[in-house]
Amino acid sequence: MTGEGVAAGTPGRLRGIDRALPVWVAVVLVLVFLMALPLGWLVWMSVSTEAAGPTLGHYAAVLQSPAMLKALWNTVVLAFWVGLASVAVGAPLAWLTARTDLPGKGVMRALVLASFVTPPFLGAFAWVMLAGPNAGLLNVLWRDVTGATEPLFDIFGMPGLVFVVTTYTFPYVYIMVANTLALIASDLEEAAAILGAGRFTVARTVTLPMVAPALVSGFILSVLQALALFGSPAILAMPAGFHTITTQIWSLFQYPPKIEQAAAISMPLLLATALLLLVQKRVLGRRGYAAVGGKGGQRRTIPLGVWRWPALLGCMAVMACAIFLPYGILAKAAFSRAWAQPLTWSNLTLGNFTFTFFEYSATRSAIVNTLELGIATASVGAVMVALLSYVANRRLIVGHQVVAFLALAPIVIPGVVLAVALFIAYTRPPLILYGTLTILFVAYLTKEMPVGYAQSDATFRGIPPELEEAGRILGAGRLRILRDVTAPLARSGIIAAWCFIFIGVIRELSASIILFTPATKVMSVVIFDLKEEGQFGAIAVLGLVMLALTFATVGLVQAVLGRDVLGVKD
Amino acid sequence: MLPIVARTLAFATVVLFATLASAQDARVEAARKEGKVVWYTSLALPSAEKVAKLFEAAYPGIKVEVHRTGSERILGRVMQELKANIKNVDVVHTSDAGHFVMFKGRGLLTKYTPAGVEGFPAGFKDKDGYYYGLRATVNAIAYNTKALSAAEAPKTWKDLLDPKWKGKLVTAHPGYSGVITTHVAALVNLHGWDYFKQLAQNRPMLVQSAVDPSGVVASGERVVAVNGGDYTFYQTKKKGNPLEIVYPREGVPLVVSPTAIMSFAPHPNASKLFTDFTFSREVQQVMADSEGLYTGHPEVRYPADKPKLSELKLLTVDPEELEKRGEEIRKRFVEIFGA
Repeated sequence: MTGEGVAAGTPGRLRGIDRALPVWVAVVLVLVFLMALPLGWLVWMSVSTEAAGPTLGHYAAVLQSPAMLKALWNTVVLAFWVGLASVAVGAPLAWLTARTDLPGKGVMRALVLASFVTPPFLGAFAWVMLAGPNAGLLNVLWRDVTGATEPLFDIFGMPGLVFVVTTYTFPYVYIMVANTLALIASDLEEAAAILGAGRFTVARTVTLPMVAPALVSGFILSVLQALALFGSPAILAMPAGFHTITTQIWSLFQYPPKIEQAAAISMPLLLATALLLLVQKRVLGRRGYAAVGGKGGQRRTIPLGVWRWPALLGCMAVMACAIFLPYGILAKAAFSRAWAQPLTWSNLTLGNFTFTFFEYSATRSAIVNTLELGIATASVGAVMVALLSYVANRRLIVGHQVVAFLALAPIVIPGVVLAVALFIAYTRPPLILYGTLTILFVAYLTKEMPVGYAQSDATFRGIPPELEEAGRILGAGRLRILRDVTAPLARSGIIAAWCFIFIGVIRELSASIILFTPATKVMSVVIFDLKEEGQFGAIAVLGLVMLALTFATVGLVQAVLGRDVLGVKD
Repeated sequence: MLPIVARTLAFATVVLFATLASAQDARVEAARKEGKVVWYTSLALPSAEKVAKLFEAAYPGIKVEVHRTGSERILGRVMQELKANIKNVDVVHTSDAGHFVMFKGRGLLTKYTPAGVEGFPAGFKDKDGYYYGLRATVNAIAYNTKALSAAEAPKTWKDLLDPKWKGKLVTAHPGYSGVITTHVAALVNLHGWDYFKQLAQNRPMLVQSAVDPSGVVASGERVVAVNGGDYTFYQTKKKGNPLEIVYPREGVPLVVSPTAIMSFAPHPNASKLFTDFTFSREVQQVMADSEGLYTGHPEVRYPADKPKLSELKLLTVDPEELEKRGEEIRKRFVEIFGA
């Protein structure tokens, strides 16, 4: 007997459903409004002028500008190489920690997580101090040791940019592959081995095909990350004299602003993202792998033998690039007068802290704004994704299939593009939000919706509907059941969604950089401001504050979920 | 008779001072009611914060909200807010005098003459009385003394075109900095755009703020800064960094940075009080002493280790010319240097 059947037969229940229905509909309408208004304006703006009506002139202007075409091409190059490099780093790392007897696997997972939550622009900034061709610490060391005149590595340029972006993007591949490997039993591999295949042949002919969808999907996620980043190219590409789409869009906001062109050049970025996600869905949707997903079967640990320690060394090298070196140089810069000089007593200072917190007046309001926005977005967002995934999972309204699509749709909108859309939509009636914290709140809520929804959706899938049906048979309405039965069961999942959204908000730069006004600066924007003026000490101090906030939140999720955030089982 | 005259005079003096003081009190009181002044400024961050703190100490209860960014970013910000009908800024201070020609033309400025600017030279004063030069700097070359001897260092702007500097130069950006916009305008007048095309062959590192080249050279990341406000070089050198300043023989672009009160300033009284304060001899002297800036104030004395403005060959750019050519300068610079 279905719940609906009971409801139809009982007038009291019917009233309960009627009372709840407006709630579901309202939540869905809010979601539609969040998405439709800005995107509608974005598209309209790209094909019209205020004076002359519809036109394709903006697209023509973009396509005829060598600078813009070059920015597009640079973005393609960056994204492609980041995708490949992320697979090359993330996949072996996942295999080593999931399947082998690599020493210190737990620590390694924690470090991958640390790299996952590190704001990429902080990493880029740290790498300027590490591998600037002349003053960069590693290059200075290289010259001292070898007597060379040429630098070992120049971070300013496409190779440097690919390197730094990969350093904070490979965890996407890692998560996909490690989670897949954790679901593949060793039976097939063993069967192949018994039939005489060598270890390498087994890996190539059995394991690889089974993780292939995860690899493709990780590749695509990495490409998407690289397409959407603003901070890293602004820090590493612009000094070398080139743009990517995101920095190009941002520079179109300089006076006199060319918002229409920004809208037009946003379109290829939007379409590319949508297309890639479609491909990913196809790849993951091919359910031809009966061997994946079964919980039965053993996953045996593969002994690495003599390769055990070299493998560990390789992993540590990756982590040195992602965590140890960047964090170390940030700490050094925070405590020294001149970051490029050795950390001697005379170079040691707390001056950067006093400057940042007591003399630089923008700091405190930025921290307050960031925390306010983080808490507000995470709280509203967590409630919204909980309601939305409940609606979708329990099929509460007509068109519930669309809900999941809408909630996940913002993932195709890079932060800069979202910001352009919101800027256009909310600098005019009916809602003038530009210049308020509300426009940032709307941007963050939209941008973080997919992450929160995915988390929340997984939670509700895990809660069987029988308990709710029992409650309804006993006469409770939907809202009451949600409060008394479902919510307590879903609590830890919803808190986790809260934390994911919060972490996403406090590091957000690419949308904030276009939507902020002096009265509504957030931490990431202040860091970027300081970067443009070359105030290294203050950036390092604020960077450390941001990392501390992030890791405190991660700690909270781990405690609440009782497992690590990456979702990789031991 | 005499005592009576004397007494009358004395009485008049007292009344006069009391009136002045109470007028001042009334002004301060009105400013205090407003509570704060919002300052969009392109003055280097530590210098701007220092001026703000001095003001807050002199007038307790009135806060200065410092929003420091590049001149060109300030322009974008002000116009963007105007379009969105946001009235946030009181006092605008940038290093691109062209901005003020444009603001004035659009009726965006309050006509206000700060106390004490009578003795300022003509180059520091708008003829219509809307904006005044708060400070000045010149663009210079700077080099890292650990990497180069004085003999090896470039002496002229043209010296920088030598291919031996390839990969060793750093330039700030006219899309961000008004100091650099003025610099590019002056050097285009002197040597033409070809100069910049050739400079681009040496692939200088592009930074944004005219403050930043000093840090890049001090850290050793690049050997020579091809532009930048000499006050930032001076401060960096004073802090003990291995940096030396060269004032090229062809002349140095003079940048006079105006300040003005916006017509829609939400805190008009505090704005006037703050503007007067920044033009006072004391604050102008602070800017000369610890910040290494030049000012228009005739009584200000400069550090002995800085050249006098009168000793330098100055390249000046008319504010109206800057207003007309600003956009073209930014566009061509990006075309030539790539970003």
